[in-house]
Amino acid sequence: MRCVPAGDCAILAEFPQEISTQTNDRVHGLARKISGRQIPGVTELVPAFCSLMIYYQPQVVSYGELKKRIEELEEGEGETAQRKKRILKIPCCYGARFGCDLADMEQYMNLTRDEIISIHSSVDYKIYMLGFLPGFVYLGGLDKRLEIPRLKIPRIKIQPGAVGIGGNQTGVYPLASPGGWRLLGGTPVDFYNPDREEPILCRAGEYIRFIPITIDDYYDIRRMIQKGSYVVEAEEQEGERLCQ
Amino acid sequence: MSVKILLPGPLTTVQDGGRYGRQSAGIPPAGAMDQEAWETGNYLVGNEQGEAGLEFTLFGGSTQFTEDTVFALTGADMCPRLDGQRVAMNVPHLAPGGSVLHMDMAREGCRTYLAAAGGITVPAVMGSRSTYIKCSMGGYKGRALKAGDILEVGADQKNFEEVKDRKVQQRMFPREIVLRVVEGPQALYFTDKGKKTFYHSAYTISGESDRMGYRLSGGAVESKNGTDIISDPIPLGAVQVPAEGQPIVLLADRQTTGGYAKIAVVCSFDIPRIAQGRPGDLVRFLPVSIEEAQDMLRRYRKELAIMMKK
Repeated sequence: MRCVPAGDCAILAEFPQEISTQTNDRVHGLARKISGRQIPGVTELVPAFCSLMIYYQPQVVSYGELKKRIEELEEGEGETAQRKKRILKIPCCYGARFGCDLADMEQYMNLTRDEIISIHSSVDYKIYMLGFLPGFVYLGGLDKRLEIPRLKIPRIKIQPGAVGIGGNQTGVYPLASPGGWRLLGGTPVDFYNPDREEPILCRAGEYIRFIPITIDDYYDIRRMIQKGSYVVEAEEQEGERLCQ
Repeated sequence: MSVKILLPGPLTTVQDGGRYGRQSAGIPPAGAMDQEAWETGNYLVGNEQGEAGLEFTLFGGSTQFTEDTVFALTGADMCPRLDGQRVAMNVPHLAPGGSVLHMDMAREGCRTYLAAAGGITVPAVMGSRSTYIKCSMGGYKGRALKAGDILEVGADQKNFEEVKDRKVQQRMFPREIVLRVVEGPQALYFTDKGKKTFYHSAYTISGESDRMGYRLSGGAVESKNGTDIISDPIPLGAVQVPAEGQPIVLLADRQTTGGYAKIAVVCSFDIPRIAQGRPGDLVRFLPVSIEEAQDMLRRYRKELAIMMKK
């Protein structure tokens, strides 16, 4: 790990430049250590795939002091207790009017529709980071058989809740946006909802599992969400190994 | 109490100190582009809680005060007139109920701030009243203001007598802006020749500049092997260089993370200067060490505090 300035009010802690669970665990481990210490002057932590941005007030703590603190924390003891693995179960209606690229995917991947759905919904995807849009999750763990290049010409408007694949990544569009991912389904759950007490559904470090549902389920859940009576099911599993 | 937009400028929005604390969830900070003008405006009218004000871009238009209101204008001078009478920038005024403030094109600079005592009290979203138009978040219905919009002003009106002697200095808005920068996290991605080009060129602010970022055109910055990186967080003032080599300075409405190498980051105390730049203005970058930058920031904050008698 190395610390470098990112302007006069931020430090970037950089880990090996790779997208891997192990490196990303170190990023989140350091973030937990820093927030656990409540270092005066530190205002905000933003974890990414293999780096952690630490925003701070130089009037309170200087670059040199904070860099030293962070380096000490990184080298120091990690958490000893095993953390629980929290999995959010995200209902997803594959195909129907949401999965306009599913037919193309069958051809490209040489898999049947049912195989694609079964593979896509059998993985617990780790949320490496959020970014790009409010509530947009960058997920790790897509099965190699489902990798597919992005569209050559991005779509101008993708509906919120669209579930897609772009390259070796899968994810959910949290709000209407342009985008180049191939779409295979849609979730009725709002990843971002400004009117909800907590507008953002997930946090980095949690996991997502897609649960296949029918189009009727989709609209039922949508109605429950509008009435405020739907809660995303979450499962906690013991024993996520920490790599630090 | 309220202000009513009679004639909006091309981009008038409600802004405050920004929506900080949620960047890890992908929420861009937004907030006043020129934080110094916004902050001094609040001082002039006696606001102490980081109240929201209006940010006008290039042209001000007409705004009506429905009741007696203490207000101040800071930032770019748009030749403000209250019921036809010229009013000074950078001092508080008492607008009589029903009076109309009219502003023209900015003579120099780009953005003007209207602070009203009590602040613009649109509902706070995730702790901030700032407008982030791209996601229709915050501000007044998440959008730029239109004719007929009525914005509530907080009831906490200071007595005009208490603030009437306050003033802040009029800033200069040069057409050539020198920005002090700290070397960025991915400076290593660029060749020595590329860095030399970056620090010795005068870049022109392009017309495709907005609250998210200022695109610059000028000497192309040469990279060693392209400028794609694994996405990492973007601080305010980050200077990103996409593959074609033309730098982009990322500002208030920047995305929280991005995938281009950052050659440098503009010092926080120079953000207000770039925020007042307009298309066609020139920008130069002056490298300073992180230690120098933090000394300069301390001095800058001290001078501001003295000006605001804190």
